Amino acid sequence: MAEAHPVGFQWVMEAKRRGAKVFHVDPRFTRTSAVADTYLPIRAGTDIALLGGVVRYILENELDFREYVLAYTNAATIVSEQFADTEDLDGLFSGYRPETGSYDTSSWQYAGHEDHAEITGTGKERDSAAGLRHESHGMPVPGQTARDETLRHPRCVYQILRRHFARYTPEMVERVCGIPQEKFLELARAWTHNSGRERTGALVYSVGWTQHTVGVQYIRTGAIIQTLLGNMGRPGGGILALRGHASIQGSTDIPTLYNLLPGYLPMPHHADHETFDDWVDSIRHRGQKGFWDDSRAYAASLLKAYWGDAARPDNDFCYGYLPRMTGDHGTYQQVLNMIDGKVKGYFLLGQNPAVGSAHGRAQRLGMANLDWLVVRDLFLIESATFWKNSPEVATGEITPEQCRTEVFFLPAASHVEKEGTFTQTQRLLQWREKAVDPPGDARSELWFFYHLGRRLREKLATSPHPRDRALLDLAWDYPTHGPHAEPSAEAVLREINGYEVATGRPLSAFTQARDDGSTAIGCWIYTGVYADGVNQAARRRPRHEQDWVAAQWGWAWPANRRILYNRASADPQGRPWSERKKYVWWDPDAGEWTGYDVPDFERTKPPTYRPPQGASGVAALAGDDAFIMQSDGKAWLYAPSGVLDGPLPTHYEPAESPMRNPVYGQQANPTRKVYEHPVNPINPSPPEAHSGVFPYVFTVSRLTEHHTAGGMSRTVRPLAELQPEMFVEVSPELAAEAGLAHLGWAHLVSGRAVIEARVLVTERLTPLRVDGRIIHQLWLPYHFGTEGLVTGDSANDLFGITLDPNVLIQESKVGTCDVRPGRRPTGAALLDLVADYRRRAGMTPQRRIPIVTTGAAGGHDAADSTDERFRAGVGRRSRAGGGNA
Amino acid sequence: MPDANSGLRAAGPGAGRRLDRRPTQGWAFFTDTSVCIGCKACEVACKEWERRARLRVGPARHVLRTTPGALTANSWRHVAFVEQPRPAADAAGSAAPAAGPGPQFLGMPGAQPPGRGTGAAGRSDFRWLMMSDVCKHCTHAACLDVCPTGSLFRTEFGTVVVQEDICNGCGYCIPACPYGVIDQRRGDGRAWKCTLCYDRLGAGLTPACAQACPTGSIQYGPLDELRERAAERVATLHERGVPEARLYGHDPTDGVGGDGAFFLLLDAPEVYGLPPDPVVTTRDLPRMWRRAGLAALAMAAAAVAAFVGGSS
Amino acid sequence: MSTHPPVGERFRRFRSGRGGGEQLTVPPAEFTSYYGRPILKPPVWKWDIAAYLFTGGLAAGSSLLAAGGQLTGRPALRRAGRVTALAAVATSAYFLVNDLGRPARFHHMLRVAKPTSPMSVGTWILTVFGPAAGVAAAAEAVAWLPERGVLGLGRRLLPGAGRAAGLVAAATAPALATYTGVLLADTAVPSWHEAYPELPAVFAGSALASGAGVGLLAAPCAQAGPARRMAVAGAALELWGVHRVETRLGLLSEPYRTGVPGRLLRAGRSLTAAGVVGALVGRRSRLLSGLSGAALLAASVATRFGIFHGGVASARDPKYTVVPQRERFERRATGG
Repeated sequence: MAEAHPVGFQWVMEAKRRGAKVFHVDPRFTRTSAVADTYLPIRAGTDIALLGGVVRYILENELDFREYVLAYTNAATIVSEQFADTEDLDGLFSGYRPETGSYDTSSWQYAGHEDHAEITGTGKERDSAAGLRHESHGMPVPGQTARDETLRHPRCVYQILRRHFARYTPEMVERVCGIPQEKFLELARAWTHNSGRERTGALVYSVGWTQHTVGVQYIRTGAIIQTLLGNMGRPGGGILALRGHASIQGSTDIPTLYNLLPGYLPMPHHADHETFDDWVDSIRHRGQKGFWDDSRAYAASLLKAYWGDAARPDNDFCYGYLPRMTGDHGTYQQVLNMIDGKVKGYFLLGQNPAVGSAHGRAQRLGMANLDWLVVRDLFLIESATFWKNSPEVATGEITPEQCRTEVFFLPAASHVEKEGTFTQTQRLLQWREKAVDPPGDARSELWFFYHLGRRLREKLATSPHPRDRALLDLAWDYPTHGPHAEPSAEAVLREINGYEVATGRPLSAFTQARDDGSTAIGCWIYTGVYADGVNQAARRRPRHEQDWVAAQWGWAWPANRRILYNRASADPQGRPWSERKKYVWWDPDAGEWTGYDVPDFERTKPPTYRPPQGASGVAALAGDDAFIMQSDGKAWLYAPSGVLDGPLPTHYEPAESPMRNPVYGQQANPTRKVYEHPVNPINPSPPEAHSGVFPYVFTVSRLTEHHTAGGMSRTVRPLAELQPEMFVEVSPELAAEAGLAHLGWAHLVSGRAVIEARVLVTERLTPLRVDGRIIHQLWLPYHFGTEGLVTGDSANDLFGITLDPNVLIQESKVGTCDVRPGRRPTGAALLDLVADYRRRAGMTPQRRIPIVTTGAAGGHDAADSTDERFRAGVGRRSRAGGGNA
Repeated sequence: MPDANSGLRAAGPGAGRRLDRRPTQGWAFFTDTSVCIGCKACEVACKEWERRARLRVGPARHVLRTTPGALTANSWRHVAFVEQPRPAADAAGSAAPAAGPGPQFLGMPGAQPPGRGTGAAGRSDFRWLMMSDVCKHCTHAACLDVCPTGSLFRTEFGTVVVQEDICNGCGYCIPACPYGVIDQRRGDGRAWKCTLCYDRLGAGLTPACAQACPTGSIQYGPLDELRERAAERVATLHERGVPEARLYGHDPTDGVGGDGAFFLLLDAPEVYGLPPDPVVTTRDLPRMWRRAGLAALAMAAAAVAAFVGGSS
Repeated sequence: MSTHPPVGERFRRFRSGRGGGEQLTVPPAEFTSYYGRPILKPPVWKWDIAAYLFTGGLAAGSSLLAAGGQLTGRPALRRAGRVTALAAVATSAYFLVNDLGRPARFHHMLRVAKPTSPMSVGTWILTVFGPAAGVAAAAEAVAWLPERGVLGLGRRLLPGAGRAAGLVAAATAPALATYTGVLLADTAVPSWHEAYPELPAVFAGSALASGAGVGLLAAPCAQAGPARRMAVAGAALELWGVHRVETRLGLLSEPYRTGVPGRLLRAGRSLTAAGVVGALVGRRSRLLSGLSGAALLAASVATRFGIFHGGVASARDPKYTVVPQRERFERRATGG
């Protein structure tokens, strides 16, 4: 955190000043470790084993916040008798479909809800990254569930959790992660200590955690711990993601993602959502609890904001104009499609995939096979010059004279040269004024898109084609100002907030959204940011002039609520858990919820309220259903739906690992997205043969001195000089083993690429003793590329493309490689070297990556026999199910 | 915030007498290395501010590859990084007094990579020290004392600043500095060093590095107040089992009369590249002049004797 | 590579076995440093400052020789001394200005007079000495001036002015010769600073010897007697001083005994000895006297460069900064 988020880290240091104990778990000793009280080296990609160990520690020692867990979580809920755990199936859950590599989740449901499963193992949910749409709420399940408040029922979530995590003993943590048991126990004790009525603990992760084939399950494990400890919805608790850039939270709220519309409304799928009613019904699920019941109003208001007067109830608010998904349109699928010639044009805005994305070679080869490419950036980045200056030009794979892509580079305004909001990890929107005019031709994104749309509409004004109506009917009428006709960012924020169509009056809460076309809302969760016609995000009342919640600084969605689910900060009867952790509580005299924050509950619904039989939506929420956006009102320790790779997290090895999975026969995530494409060979891992060709684990991350792909730091002199050269950090032991000399050169080889770097021998990296063998890890910064004041080979070139199934995020924090002393070869010899490694590793075009490896012995090529064993596993599953009945 | 009219004694150009004492209410830096995270924001903020002010700072590309760097004419803040084994007292968690720098060789990797053969075991009793170094703005500043042009002067804030329009690049201040701070800029010829943001102080602003420091490692304020704060911090760290914490440059009775930029260190000063017991060179100057006088007399006497005493 | 230290380390060095003997007042040096990098900035002065140490001393010694010749009626000594003094001080001025980072601003030296700055003191000494040496040398050109006109006036006035100026220069000369010892000593450069008691004596002796060298080179044997005695006195002072510097300072003497500075100082000692012996033995030989004079001049050059580079070497190695300071610190801490 000190490396990548030094400004945020000031609060960790502040906490340390006040006596907090700081633990740091990282494959390498970083600046964070330097100021931490305890540093725990870990094998990259094994976090679930570590966190699972903490879950087990909590459950075995009954350290959970029992009253909280009983009242606010699904610990007591009974799960279907058809469910079979990884313990029964050697690493698989029940319902696995090997032909699609995905799960049919009906057996994961709560008892009696088996028919409600939406995900049926077709793989479609994975292609549409369906898990992502539930960022703000759980997947729908029927509201009423069977529960055992004593937690003794063998199929209640609590008992399932105990059995599932029983394997994650301190010995197992040491065996998998390489963390000594006493260090692990020290961590577990400290974490569990911050629980209960008087204490809370926050889990803050950085997005490197998400860049794994089990990334979503990493965070799920963290969520289980935080829920068991009663650290959700309470002050000082929560799970917060430190994003890699300003406003990454904002770019999921109002998404730059192919499968989402603003406010986490799903992008319609061509087959499932033919009509507006199909679409909104799929979102709200009649019969469930919570606020998603009103999604028809949110959807109608969004379309009204898009198409203005043209959007009417009688034409389904122009629903027909919305694009539809037809499959996987994720960034990596796009790149492979580019290579295959299926994509003609591409916009790149503030992104440098030639350096910043996994498998840089594929990125560059893809971009070199377009008709046109538009790059908008502050500096001339690698993604704009790959056709004349890239490793592929050096090897002759791209010839500048023959590269068919026409590249347009448009200079962009930086964040201080334009106004707008940033949304940070606490969902806080903060308005930013423009400090200086952008230089020369640089323009804001707002200017670019507004005028692009305006010009397209002018060109098409006389078009008779129905296909152009979607563009021509858009409400595209933003006021502009200044010599360059800059659109008003405040006007856009006002539209995002939403307004009453008849009067233009800004709305103040999303409960005012209507499904009759009388309201237009650009992003329903942001409604209130422009309440009373005032830009609430621009509020800057100093902290000394308000209480510690600082509700008058900026504006947080939803409804300026600083802590979500803050009903949980009071006990089931509505009283604060403790005076020290008092936050939101029920005031019986006034008959309403009150507190320091905006209560995340219906203001006048008493704690004693119990819904009548057959109620649905908000009315179905009981007075102690604190998790109001969940369809059963409970925090989910066990996720019966919504997560595609299992209702509970399980340790799987990374897609590329030198190790056989010590926990289960199933080696890697069985539902991970694998692209079998000639450009994307994946290094073999056990039980497949030849994994020894790539014996070392490498991981990449940031240096404080540079920013992501380096476009904003390698181009700026005072930053570039701070870390002027690409390097690789290795332990003294690995240096000795591989013959590397400090400050000399080394080159690293994967099945995709070879890169070179200066060697930095340091004890900050340490070999780990894992499962009886020594694992060497290398660390690389991923900031370097071929442009800028300082240049170097790009670490991301080493990675292949394998994705998490839930959100299609690539595994770009861990991979395998070989390392050799000296500089890499150049030209054709470079390709020969990689080809030689591929040959030695058996990475032939005919090779199929074994997905299911249950029951396979380590180290042998067992791909052929796994299907057999899997079928045997299915048989066991049904027996196991019967046994539970 | 500093107030130009706060009654601080001004010391104009040429007023540099040796006993040019720092005003007791001078403004100062306290750099607490125990919370430094080595982010180098201070280095960057300093350069950004200086570039804005003078439009010419910034090394050419060919000098980028210096390692591990030092304070130079172009870098007025420099973050030092030191990897070493944790002191035994600390690793054991006991509060025994610091035993000074341990004798253990951690080593610079070369042909024979170091590393304790045990591998992972015991590896985390290891630490990485970071310290943002800067001009010390000595109470008795040798650079100021020896400057023959009056270019270096004591400001109304108690800091020591080079007047770039007067400096003629004689270079005398450079070997005079006991900390190796002030430096000649190549291609420019003049001496440059931290001004403690003289221009910002004049406008009531905090120095750029202190403003940019995210963790409060670089603190700026009245010297007396910072000394109190530093003493409290050391006491706190000692209580918390960090016996090796110590102050450096805080003592007004030391060889330079106390530094206007002092530090909390976690190891001996020389580990960070600081002199363990710096002394202002002009402390010995009266004795030097006496010895020179004696030598001159001897020389004159010898000459007289050569002409008077001889026979041929 | 990265600008932050790639690998932390703690140097632990043992002092090399060189030297030995009674001067080992320092226990074997064991010290830590930051990657072995110098703590101090070594002087940025180039070779011309070392050369100035010689030319400045030569000017001082020559002007003393000239004044002696003037007062005792030895015209050859007077003439050679005056001319050499002017040439040497003019060269000195060139070296000094040339070494400035901003030579065009040399006159900024005259903005202030600071006793805390030996360079400022030296500037004012040179400001007095230079013109005086100039006038004295100009007086030697009287014979070539016409009898009449403005220049004729000069012909009448110059001899008197020259005599006065020659005495002014000679009076300033000891200061000119010795202040440079303070100039070097008044720095943080360990081997210069700690040598402050001896450096003025070394430079005074070296100046006398080089002045004597000029006399031996230029004057006929009959007039060279004072120059021989000056050579003996100067050499004695210089050899005593250098010996002290090489032995008294413990660890800080090491830079003067090793490497290039060690070789230079050893060469200086040999040349000085040869010069003195030659001067004494070759009383009647113009050739031998001349060779002795040249040897003394070369000796002075070697000594000055040796002292200069010895200091620079001590600033470049953190050992010379850390070890003595650490010992001083420990002594104080233990109340010793």
